[in-house]
Amino acid sequence: MSAPVVHAHHAPEGFIRKYVFSLDHKVIGIQYYFLALFSVLVGMSLSLLMRFHMVHPDAKVSWFATLWPTAAQGGIMTPELYLSLMTMHGTIMVFFVLTTAPQSGFGNYFLPLQIGAEDMAFPVLNMLSFWTTFVALAVMVAAFFVEGGPPLSGWTSYPPLSAVGAVSGPGEGLGQTLWIVSIAIFCGASLMGAINFIATLIDLRCQGMSLMRLPLTCWTWFVTAILGLLGFAVLLAAGVLLILDRSAGTSFFVPGGLMVSDQILNHKGGSPLLWQHLFWFFGHPEVYIAILPGMGVTSQLLATFARKAVYGYRAMVYAILSIGFLGFLVWGHHMFMSGMSPYSAIAFSVLTMAIGVPSAIKTFNWIGTLWGGKIRFTTAMMFALGFVSLFVTGGLSGIFLGQPALDLYFHDTYFVVGHFHMIMGVASIFGMFAGTFYWFPKMFGRMLNETLGKIHFYATFLGVYAIFTPMHYLGIAGNPRRYSDFTNFDFLGKLLPVHTFMTHAAYFTAAAQILFFFNLFWSMKYGKKAPINPWDATTLEWTVSSPPPFDNFGGQHPVVNHGPYEYSVPGAPRDFIMQTDPVDVAHAE
Amino acid sequence: MGHSPLLVTYHLSPITYDRGLNMPSSITSDIIKPPAPPFGGGFGGGGGGPDGRGASRRASMTGLMVLLAATTMAFAAFTSAFVVRRGISNDWVALPLPPIVWANTAILLGSSLLLELARRSLKTGRRTGFNRYWTAGTVLGALFLVGQALAWLQLNKEGIFVATNPSSSFFYLLTAAHGLHIVGGLSALVYVDVQALRLRLGPGKRTAVDVSAIFWHFVDGLWLYLMALFLVWG
Repeated sequence: MSAPVVHAHHAPEGFIRKYVFSLDHKVIGIQYYFLALFSVLVGMSLSLLMRFHMVHPDAKVSWFATLWPTAAQGGIMTPELYLSLMTMHGTIMVFFVLTTAPQSGFGNYFLPLQIGAEDMAFPVLNMLSFWTTFVALAVMVAAFFVEGGPPLSGWTSYPPLSAVGAVSGPGEGLGQTLWIVSIAIFCGASLMGAINFIATLIDLRCQGMSLMRLPLTCWTWFVTAILGLLGFAVLLAAGVLLILDRSAGTSFFVPGGLMVSDQILNHKGGSPLLWQHLFWFFGHPEVYIAILPGMGVTSQLLATFARKAVYGYRAMVYAILSIGFLGFLVWGHHMFMSGMSPYSAIAFSVLTMAIGVPSAIKTFNWIGTLWGGKIRFTTAMMFALGFVSLFVTGGLSGIFLGQPALDLYFHDTYFVVGHFHMIMGVASIFGMFAGTFYWFPKMFGRMLNETLGKIHFYATFLGVYAIFTPMHYLGIAGNPRRYSDFTNFDFLGKLLPVHTFMTHAAYFTAAAQILFFFNLFWSMKYGKKAPINPWDATTLEWTVSSPPPFDNFGGQHPVVNHGPYEYSVPGAPRDFIMQTDPVDVAHAE
Repeated sequence: MGHSPLLVTYHLSPITYDRGLNMPSSITSDIIKPPAPPFGGGFGGGGGGPDGRGASRRASMTGLMVLLAATTMAFAAFTSAFVVRRGISNDWVALPLPPIVWANTAILLGSSLLLELARRSLKTGRRTGFNRYWTAGTVLGALFLVGQALAWLQLNKEGIFVATNPSSSFFYLLTAAHGLHIVGGLSALVYVDVQALRLRLGPGKRTAVDVSAIFWHFVDGLWLYLMALFLVWG
């Protein structure tokens, strides 16, 4: 055991090196976080526009005409404009919020801190990864400002619609090209990030930080990085094929004899299903990329605020690993509608049900962690509890959709929209809120306002349930998704009041987020000063000042003697033992 | 033309040495003191010593392996697209491989071999040998790229373009994707070579030598795999 060596590194002085092209994982984490905040504002605004259009399809809004002179001529939104808003909402939310904030944001900031490293393994790669993501976002947003506007083909970009060019609609020209280019750039950025996360976790753990002493957050970031690595590589390959189909005249995805807008296309022999397979091979793991870090944060917070060890730590680790592994075997359940062989469908269905097992283990262990605990109802804890609630609600509807026979009915209805928003969207967002309230003191050196936080929690919690629960009902009633206007169908007319309710719930929930943004920016400047360890937590990030020094541990090499969740250990002087506490701290018994 | 860089190599080392810049003892045994730290150590230890060099060396190797896994996945995706696209329709016409790819294959294998000889020289401390072999390997790597461009030109002359047939689409696509990896690998080889020729290949740079050589061998193996794919199913 070598003695700790004091060898502090100091932050670079210049503004550009310090805040713009910073190599410090903490600055990069915050950069990612703010990139996601910007993206979530864009994505949320788009969803409000969509919700407005669904209940007022004929409304004339003068500033629509100003914003979109062709797509909203006279202030009335065209169906194509609605579809392009939907595409950009999905794309921006999935890639630039759900993939970016929980993993690249919090992960970048706290993975090195929690494993006792000075920085990520490859700081330059880390910086490049962020700025590549930034370029990807810029290219994606640019799609709003080109001729024809953003693409129409949804965040899944199914060919032939996405592959045949401007002939298939506005936005399918340059807009769709920008979409693919942006996603390809994003894939590159994610690969760089994944390399960094994996190498850092494997090789830079401090003395004593064995794999089974890792906080569960680190486990989820690690598995998420592996999923991203394998998934984004495949999406990148698929994107290259798609762009060749669009610009080089190849026929990977476009079938022969296809007639679009009264023109016979020149392609022949391609398979649109090939795209679906490649896309969902990425797309399903992507769901876990979004949710796994939220699971990690939830586990961390439930233990911290229930003052109990995570129930079944090893089971949690194996559940994370098996969710990651099974996540690669179930992509076909997104394609039950594609006419696949019923035998394949059964296989995908059984594997999908199998994911229910590790998911149930996690839920069971979360409840086990809470059982008999001395729960501290902080805002962070409430969001973690909200995560569990949303995860269960969203997961249950997944069991319906995993049955091929039921999915044939539900697939193109709002049931699916309700399902994935609950589990992939809102649950992950709750994970981010939980992480924000938990780690904000460490990141910015000040506490968030708890009262505002709790009002924000209750409003958001009720709001999202009010938006997304009725969607399941709509789906059962047969309301198709992706339609921009339901007023022309008799059988949907009766459902309009439900849509109106959901739209108002969406306005309400969006308004509640103002509280969050206010709390965030106000507390950064005026919040109560944060102590080193405001939550009496055990992991390494709570051993250093808030915010931590440039090289995290001031040149010291921390030595870990304890597991991550030693709360309420009998005989210990406090109700928590920090990972760096001496070995015999609890031997007073 | 291709030989002039080699000649420069021979002259550069002793001249720079004579100026007494930064290499203390004999040309042939002065390079790896202290020896590069081992890759081992693995899980749980972390830290890797006070200067963190062992850890960063291990992390570089881990990062490389992770990168190779990603590349493998991308090419696995291309392969599955290849197999599906070939099997699903009846418009596939077998592509006559341009003959030069055989020469290219030999060149690429040769470059890998030379890099390995270079690493062996380095292990026994023979820097001149390392410089000679590594430079030759790098030149062969660049030649491979030229050869691949010639292969494209040959296909072009025969009127076979990207969109002519799915078989040619895949040939251009896979050679281009592989070529990008070659460009990446080549820049690493050139970087190491420049460092070596300027006598800056200290122990800290050993990781760069190992990582770029292993990456190059991987890209070499990838090319053999693609050749097999073209021959069996192309």
